[in-house]
Amino acid sequence: MALADIQHDYLALTRRRRIYGGLLVVIFVAMMVSGFRVADARNAGGFWQGLHQVGDFPAALVSEAFEKSANLPGHMIRALPALVETLNIALVATLLGCIAGTALSLAATRGLARWPRLVPVARRVSDVCRAIPEIVIALVLIFILGGGPVPAVIAIAIHTAGAMGKLFSEVNENVDLKPVEGLASVGATWSQRIWLGVFPQVAPNYLSYGLLRLEVNIRASAILGFVGAGGIGYELRNAMTFGQGKFDQAAAIFLLLFATIVVVDQISGLVRNRLTHGAPA
Amino acid sequence: MTTMTLQDRTIRIMDRKRRMALAVPALILAYLVYAAISFDLAGLAQRARLDNAAVLMADTVSHKIHVTRDNRRDALSVSVEGSARATFAPDRLPDWVAAQGSRTVIDLGAGHVVTYDGPRTTYDIPDYGPVTLTVGDGVTLDTPDGQVPAFINASPARVTITTDQGRVTATRARTETLRYFWGWEMFFFDLSSPLAGMSAGQVVASVLWGDRIDPARSNLSLALSEFWTNDIWQHGAVAWALFETILMAFLGTFGAAFVALPLAFLAAQNFAPSRALRFAVRRVFDFVRGVDALIFTIILSRAFGPGPLTGALAILLTDTGSFGKLFSEALENVDGKPIEGIRSTGAGALQRYRFGVIPQVMPVLLSQMLYFLESNTRSATIIGAITGGGIGLMLTQAIQTTQDWEKVAYYILLIVVMVIAMDSLSGWLRRRLIRGT
Repeated sequence: MALADIQHDYLALTRRRRIYGGLLVVIFVAMMVSGFRVADARNAGGFWQGLHQVGDFPAALVSEAFEKSANLPGHMIRALPALVETLNIALVATLLGCIAGTALSLAATRGLARWPRLVPVARRVSDVCRAIPEIVIALVLIFILGGGPVPAVIAIAIHTAGAMGKLFSEVNENVDLKPVEGLASVGATWSQRIWLGVFPQVAPNYLSYGLLRLEVNIRASAILGFVGAGGIGYELRNAMTFGQGKFDQAAAIFLLLFATIVVVDQISGLVRNRLTHGAPA
Repeated sequence: MTTMTLQDRTIRIMDRKRRMALAVPALILAYLVYAAISFDLAGLAQRARLDNAAVLMADTVSHKIHVTRDNRRDALSVSVEGSARATFAPDRLPDWVAAQGSRTVIDLGAGHVVTYDGPRTTYDIPDYGPVTLTVGDGVTLDTPDGQVPAFINASPARVTITTDQGRVTATRARTETLRYFWGWEMFFFDLSSPLAGMSAGQVVASVLWGDRIDPARSNLSLALSEFWTNDIWQHGAVAWALFETILMAFLGTFGAAFVALPLAFLAAQNFAPSRALRFAVRRVFDFVRGVDALIFTIILSRAFGPGPLTGALAILLTDTGSFGKLFSEALENVDGKPIEGIRSTGAGALQRYRFGVIPQVMPVLLSQMLYFLESNTRSATIIGAITGGGIGLMLTQAIQTTQDWEKVAYYILLIVVMVIAMDSLSGWLRRRLIRGT
């Protein structure tokens, strides 16, 4: 009797769970489908009309690039300064952002903050910096400073500072406080405690996050170039507007950008692996 | 002896560390100096348009009303920000503008009065005296002392008087007086609305117990629909744009997860049917991740045209690569025992995956999807600016017109609120779902 009850209860419970799970899936699928239909309706071209054209542009690009493959190296060399600019934008922004992010994260970590009362303020500041998409700051600054790399650097650096402020403060929270206390007991100042007690512990993690961010920022800097902040994105947009007949140039820039992203990802992946797992014996 | 070598070694290590501690910041500094030179930071200081910044700051928190006289047709129009969509009807001019025939008296406050009298404009400036502008073939300027003070910018074709109270510009074609007001103009109701010009209290009162303005419907529904269809701020369109942006992020993120999950099984060491296939799928993931969202956006917008669907597909393609990599790593870490247990009951492959694998990896997968959902809201804003959809497009358009800085500020505020809201939503869902399972 009791066993039958238990069995019955269990089956009822399972059934209810399944119904809930099924309902959730149905609702989710309905949201996806209706969302797709809305997006499709509001798009300039429809999905089904456009689907068979997806390959057209890449095909035209590839065939033209193939025809004029002799031109590709020349185009690539000509785009090289722009690529260096894009990389510089990303690297400078990552450096500045990480420095600012370090300051923010130290101010936002309980137990390490110089002014403990300002911890919530520092957290909100990094939340807001993180929430503003780079393009917003970049466009406003392009209006004031004119086009060029500096608006992009500032925009990316602000976003990076916010993101790093959060990530670094999570790292800081896991710091072993014993060295810090030891330093405090011999009369070290706050900056000495941080420099000698905290940084040696967090440096590998900081570096690893910073490299990951560099990968993200190279992409961001290419995108910002597209809206007028210089670098390879700008060249790409110019090449695109020339249209048919100049596709070899666009293809060269595509290739260059792709290769750069892959190479930087690989190098940073290797370095990060070494940082987290130690050097190979 | 051993202590000596130990001491030696310690000192050597410490020396090296000290040198590193100096060398790394010095290297960074040297690089930044190089970057400053290559970015032409010195030239930037000259190219920077600080007046643009001042206009931006002032415009963000204030608006101006233009009182314009068309000097060729002798016609007067009063409008907000000079916009044709926000022109005051001749019988409903603001109370500081008095028009009678060809004579118009504009009170700029603090004793400043501008009078249009046919082609003659008189600006009465306290503590200075009346300045007269006469429009003929050009513009003639008459000041009380015959000199041109610093706040007047005069050329034969154009005279501009700028004071704390406003600005008067006269050219042959038209004479224009600008008066500045604090705040955003007509944020709730535009000029064509019957509710325009009411104070907040009056609107609330008429909604609560006023007579029906439009006999066909209640004042509340009238107020809401007037707000929604506000011609200047276009709240309805802005809400749609925000929705489109979130839609792009939603469709892109979860669509990518749908596509990536089955592929991740093929790329995971412990599930892959063959090594060659695993290698191929992993290279596909790398390729899709390497080709940036920017490139996908360009290619897709050629096929589908601008709009939210293009943005969603660009996010979907890029994230398929990232998800594929993350999911396959999660799958490689599953515990084999539950799968064996399910196999021992005679379950087929699909059942093994459904009951042995999915429950183990679901929390990881979900939390990654939700992380991406938040960051994709930001990406969708950026992609929208390139491909033409959502709030990103509205923002770029508002910035490119370089006039409506109050709208730019409004959109930036909305974007920040939207991203923070998505961040909290994804954080909340993550906590609920992962603790729940």
